[in-house]
Amino acid sequence: MTAATVKQTLAGWGRYPQVASQVARPERYAEVAAWAREACLARGMGRAYGDAAISAGGTTVLMTRLNRFLSFDAGSGLVRAEAGVTLDDILQVAMPQGWFLPVTPGTRHVTLGGAIAADVHGKNHHHVGSFSAFVRSFDLFTPRGVLTCSASENRDAFNATVGGMGMTGLIGEVTLQLRRIHSGVMQVQHLPAPDLATALALMEAPEHDDEYTVAWIDCLAGGKRLGRSVFMRGHHAEGPLTAGPGEARLKLPVNLPALALNRYSVQAFNAFYYRWEGRKRKPFHCDIAPFFYPLDGIRDWNRLYGKPGFVQYQFLLPPQTAAAGLQAVLQRLSKSGNASFLAVLKRFGPGGSGLLSFPAPGYTLALDLPLRHDTLGLLDTLDAVVMEHGGRVYLAKDARLSASSLPRMYPHLNEWRDIRRQLDPDGLFVSALGQRLEMC
Amino acid sequence: MTQILIVGATSAMARGAAFAWAAQGQRLLLAGRDQAELTRLAQDIRVRFKTSAEPVALDLDETGPREGWLEALEARHGQIDGLLCAAGWMPDNETMRHGEPALQVLQRNLTGPVALINAFADRCEQRRHGFIVGITSVAGDRGRQSNYLYGAAKGGLAIYLAGLRNRLDAVRVPVLTVKPGFVDTRMTFGLPGLFLVADPLWVGRRIVAAQSAGRNEIYVPGFWRLIMLIIRHVPEFLFKRLKL
Repeated sequence: MTAATVKQTLAGWGRYPQVASQVARPERYAEVAAWAREACLARGMGRAYGDAAISAGGTTVLMTRLNRFLSFDAGSGLVRAEAGVTLDDILQVAMPQGWFLPVTPGTRHVTLGGAIAADVHGKNHHHVGSFSAFVRSFDLFTPRGVLTCSASENRDAFNATVGGMGMTGLIGEVTLQLRRIHSGVMQVQHLPAPDLATALALMEAPEHDDEYTVAWIDCLAGGKRLGRSVFMRGHHAEGPLTAGPGEARLKLPVNLPALALNRYSVQAFNAFYYRWEGRKRKPFHCDIAPFFYPLDGIRDWNRLYGKPGFVQYQFLLPPQTAAAGLQAVLQRLSKSGNASFLAVLKRFGPGGSGLLSFPAPGYTLALDLPLRHDTLGLLDTLDAVVMEHGGRVYLAKDARLSASSLPRMYPHLNEWRDIRRQLDPDGLFVSALGQRLEMC
Repeated sequence: MTQILIVGATSAMARGAAFAWAAQGQRLLLAGRDQAELTRLAQDIRVRFKTSAEPVALDLDETGPREGWLEALEARHGQIDGLLCAAGWMPDNETMRHGEPALQVLQRNLTGPVALINAFADRCEQRRHGFIVGITSVAGDRGRQSNYLYGAAKGGLAIYLAGLRNRLDAVRVPVLTVKPGFVDTRMTFGLPGLFLVADPLWVGRRIVAAQSAGRNEIYVPGFWRLIMLIIRHVPEFLFKRLKL
């Protein structure tokens, strides 16, 4: 089998950094086993923000054409599919039959393989954990053959692969447990929080808890209004099932000028958003798409940040230090004036079994920052604050962390390295991120 | 509901057409050489569209008539109401110009498909029922040094389909010729110099829509009709000097 490869410049969703790589796109399942004997790295929809889904010197293997469903049992909600199937594909099939993703990130345009590699989380993490908790099994292709991995079989390989950022091998087929829904509609409520303490109190309070909770946070507000937020909570309503999550209605056809999102435009937007969304204090109904995937409504929204691209910074702080750490980060952000258009605060529950999985008890804050001359420097200072408070950053979002910080953030790193070395002794599956962070 | 036989069903364009027909609830037979892949594709269609899809073994490298094969297939799966021939093979230009590969290009793109379509056309004519869709290529509109063997096979298939359309018009059996330009498939992945490459799922939807509309010949994307009109009209004394 001759595999055509092509040299391309690849980037993550943040469009920074740009890295040249050989690229292949297998269309037959048998090719996965062949690629697992070469230096390569699987890539799905390219939604990791930085350099996570680009091979370091090998071939980046696009898995998007290996997107066949193998079975779906509408009685049990068990779906089996190839790793290139997207969460959107699953929703199209499952929602009309009364099933939904047990965990969903903020975009449905990610593949199953990518969701496992990043062990993605959703707004219900504090109740159900991350994606891997619902992965019943997957086939992992390594140079020595294929391993069926689950919580009971090849457990080390399972725990190293969920959250392992693709560096343990190529994921072939996946079995996922879906969850029942009785409606395609969400019942949602918004509560304004004028400052950080109120936002955290809302997230902690059992009477304000819901299946899904999250807070949008205004990172430019300072002083008394530091951490001003809109707390959003929701659950699946009762009512008619709908056909699917729907399509993007808008598309951003060109890069906006890099200056379009500046301190003043974002400040104005944030003030408007706080008042507009914060006034929805009475419960209301909304569709799946705007509740879970507000940005999927605009195709190619990453072009908002113009040609230089942007970085996303998502970090986690443990419960004891969260309030102080968030305050310190928000003060630095607000002072820098680097405008984060989108900032999301979320409470996490217990972590899962993934050795490098991001979620752990505490609070996570995710920010988008346009890439300016001072952005990377600002993030280095934020790293220091995060580490000081015992936190970590999310590798699926990362484009710039330094290798020395990683062991302090991920205590199971060496255990992961040992398992990885057994699965991939020749170091075939190394991403640009893995190389930068000296993970392998 | 009708039953449609798709030949060369592992191709991305065939998958696109299969999706579009399956979405209408048509039953599908997916024919080709790679049974493992066809089984996956059939399972996928069953899950996505809750319609019937079955893999079927067919090797277009085998020469000889296809009447017996088709009869056996209908005996097992019931009457076939439509045929999409999406089989195609394009090795790199240097490989296909000489020796065995040159003949194989003709077999897989022309002789093999013709043997099958011929057998199906006879049945359609007797029944006064059915439809035929053949995927050729813009490469078949004029011979160029960069892939004239593939072009000769696809051009030959296009002329065959035109003749068949003429013959079967009397019994109201429509024949559609599809001439794709650049489509984002396994065949074109990594080739230099491509522009405005079309999504194969979209191409598949266009094929199914054109078939329902009773079209005779389509270019997909449509602007290729204009490009090929121009290319066909360049005088030969000039054309033979071009590096195309």
